Amino acid sequence: MNIAVVLDDVAHDALPSASEAGPAPKRIVVAYGFWIFLLSDIVMFSALFAAYAVLVHATAGGPAGAGLFKQVNVAIETGCLLVSSYTCGLMSLSVNARRRPAIYFFAFVTFVLGAAFLDLEIREFADMIARGAAPQRSAFLSAFFTLVGCHGLHVAAGLVWLAVMMAQVAVKGIRATVERRLLCFALFWHALDIIWVWLFTVVYLMGVQP
Amino acid sequence: MNLLGKLNWDAIPFDQPIVMGASGGMILAIVAVLGLVTLKGWVPYLWREWLTSVDHKRIGVMYLVLALLMLLRGFSDAIMMRTQQAVAAGGAQGYLPPEHFDQIFSAHGTIMIFFVAMPFVIGLMNFAVPLQLGIRDVAFPTLNSVSLWLTASGILLINVSLVVGEFAKTGWVAYPPLSELQFSPGVGVDYYLWALQISGVGTLLTGINFVTTILKMRAPGMGYMRMPVFCWTALASNLLIVAAFPVLTATLAMLLLDRYLGFHFFSVESGGNPMMYVNLFWVWGHPEVYILVLPAFGVFSEVSATFSGKPLFGYRSMVAATMVICVLSYTVWLHHFFTMGAGANVNAFFGITSMIIAVPTGVKIFNWLFTMYGGRIRFTVPVLWTIGFMVTFIFGGLTGVLLALPPVDWQVHNSLFLVAHFHHVIIPGVLFGAIAGYNYWFPKAFGFKLDERWGKAAFWCWFVGFHLAFIPLYVTGLMGMTRRLQHYDVLSWQPWLLVAEVGAVVILAGIVCQIVQFVVSIRAREELRDVTGDPWNGRTLEWSTASPPPAWNFAVLPHVARADAYWNAKQRMQASPDQPAQAREYKPIEMPKNSAIGFVNAFFAVVTGFALIWHIWWMAGAGLLGAFATLLVFAFRSEEEVEVPVEQIAQFERVHPAEVVL
Repeated sequence: MNIAVVLDDVAHDALPSASEAGPAPKRIVVAYGFWIFLLSDIVMFSALFAAYAVLVHATAGGPAGAGLFKQVNVAIETGCLLVSSYTCGLMSLSVNARRRPAIYFFAFVTFVLGAAFLDLEIREFADMIARGAAPQRSAFLSAFFTLVGCHGLHVAAGLVWLAVMMAQVAVKGIRATVERRLLCFALFWHALDIIWVWLFTVVYLMGVQP
Repeated sequence: MNLLGKLNWDAIPFDQPIVMGASGGMILAIVAVLGLVTLKGWVPYLWREWLTSVDHKRIGVMYLVLALLMLLRGFSDAIMMRTQQAVAAGGAQGYLPPEHFDQIFSAHGTIMIFFVAMPFVIGLMNFAVPLQLGIRDVAFPTLNSVSLWLTASGILLINVSLVVGEFAKTGWVAYPPLSELQFSPGVGVDYYLWALQISGVGTLLTGINFVTTILKMRAPGMGYMRMPVFCWTALASNLLIVAAFPVLTATLAMLLLDRYLGFHFFSVESGGNPMMYVNLFWVWGHPEVYILVLPAFGVFSEVSATFSGKPLFGYRSMVAATMVICVLSYTVWLHHFFTMGAGANVNAFFGITSMIIAVPTGVKIFNWLFTMYGGRIRFTVPVLWTIGFMVTFIFGGLTGVLLALPPVDWQVHNSLFLVAHFHHVIIPGVLFGAIAGYNYWFPKAFGFKLDERWGKAAFWCWFVGFHLAFIPLYVTGLMGMTRRLQHYDVLSWQPWLLVAEVGAVVILAGIVCQIVQFVVSIRAREELRDVTGDPWNGRTLEWSTASPPPAWNFAVLPHVARADAYWNAKQRMQASPDQPAQAREYKPIEMPKNSAIGFVNAFFAVVTGFALIWHIWWMAGAGLLGAFATLLVFAFRSEEEVEVPVEQIAQFERVHPAEVVL
């Protein structure tokens, strides 16, 4: 009981509530702002998801998802992306530990896995177009290529970002700005996983239902 | 392959004297301004202090300059349309051919929403929010500059469309299938799309910036329920930006894919669905109404409390009403197209939600009335705009409740009744608020007040002209006149449209009064000078610092103990005037360094946008590469911040002593 009383005293004087503590440190502000950006990006994807859901049966006599999607291919893509998220997490730990060789190594593995994902996706797209399932064929295919392609573009942008960040680590060292940017990159990379999980479910799993 | 894509000399409308005259005037004005700036040797100053500035106050002022300039352009379109409809009755065709008239009404809507109203409210938020929160800048100052210049890029592109090529003839909403390549093969819709995409990115970044600023960067002690109401409305508005603008970006991107790559999102063949565009557009479009109107509500709250000398009545209910509007704004979008053919139950749902959203708005009106009730009101220019808003907005809101009834809406859908309604809410709700804010914060930005007499004259011209211009449109709407008519046969509409034309001329007089007010005030700035930093006996923190504030806003971050912090500190001072002044200890302040990235990036954005509009693919690639290179240069710069030394702060504080220390 006495302890509680003492704690109460402390809480009143020394520790103002979080909302009254004054401007947050830069690291928190940056990460918070980036979260808001990610949420806005997810809102954009939600519009593309909605468009896909509206148009999924508008095949205009052309091919439907069940005949197009190759699940083995998609499973490998998913594996690449999820494992790359894990190695990205290891990269974040190496940043915290200030171990540059480990940072480069895990960034490299993340990059290769992301590139493998993109390679598989581009092959899938090329294969579909070769089989007459181009985005111009039907509204369903327009929506499919846009939704999945938009995620792919994000992955490609992430790869460029990762390369630039490694150059920054090499040139500028692990200073506060570089560290914050790496933090944001990690958030971005994990968010792409979240979107992919939805994509995988809504497009590929539900798409092959009989 | 053509090196310039679709661009050739036919793009410039030499055969249309009105367009050429307007373009010539615009180009002459730009050349004159650039020439003057160069001859006077102001370029280095402008570049150093304004174009590359990351100071939220300067960025706010530049937003307002953009908004006021584009207001002139948007109003020119408006008065041209009113004049056309005043004369083109019976067999007459007026002076504007249909294809030109169509571009004018599209440009008018696009410009007024995206390039007048948006920069106006964003500019006011930029200027006032960090000062009201008691902090030194927004969360991401350089990003703020990027936002400003992306908005300016969109504005530049839409004005280029006047000279090179054409603008959309689809209305500002650009509904497919009309806006598809098949029915709009020209570059007009592409100008529309790319201008909005580029400025839309800027707006989204602003939203992210301000949500973060307001939620994470308030002065010590400023809990949420101590924030000024303008900050609350800014928070709601920016939350809506973050949640709504990505939908617009996605929707316009789909239309772009349809037009450029032959996709079938909204086409009439291959399973495309044009109504999906209409739904997605208004999922953004209705929150957009509140993005614009909520900050204006914030201005009215500040103005009514300050000039009544009373705390805002029902602060908590005002905050609650703001956040309820923020949420409900997502539940009403379908009332923009009750005639789509959704079932009666769907229409009933959206009709009822549309009426419900009038309730929190009503709460706000009563709060402002009760704030003024029993107060010692000073009838300054901002107060006139506030009262004018309340009177006018209630009528506009009531016609909105009428339109929220699906059966009524079916009768007057797309008629001038609708046009009258939305002008009746958005002009008082946004423009009156923006002008009130402009008069209210001008002395804080520049250190002298705006002239009261010309300000009052401007208000009365606007107020009278507004009603003359729009009340007749309700009548013609009920008589069956649809919107966007280049000419008409029903002669009984013409008297009403002539009255509307007179109204437009009276509004023009109001705009002239505002220009005169601006010039007169600059000339008489010594008489209008405010040396206290607190010309209105204000209540919130922005009035506790000098006018204009130093780059760092506050030498020492204020400590806030309750709402209306500055007012309460002044009361305390008056109660015990003999208290010794505390000696303040200054610390060096880290300020973000100026950066050219915003301006340079906008240059490449314009190049890319222009190239994409005209299918000049190599140039689009070059523009994108340039933007990426700019980003790299920025990312690798060695110095990010400059330190303001203690002596400089102390020197400024000696010249501008703070009367009340927080």
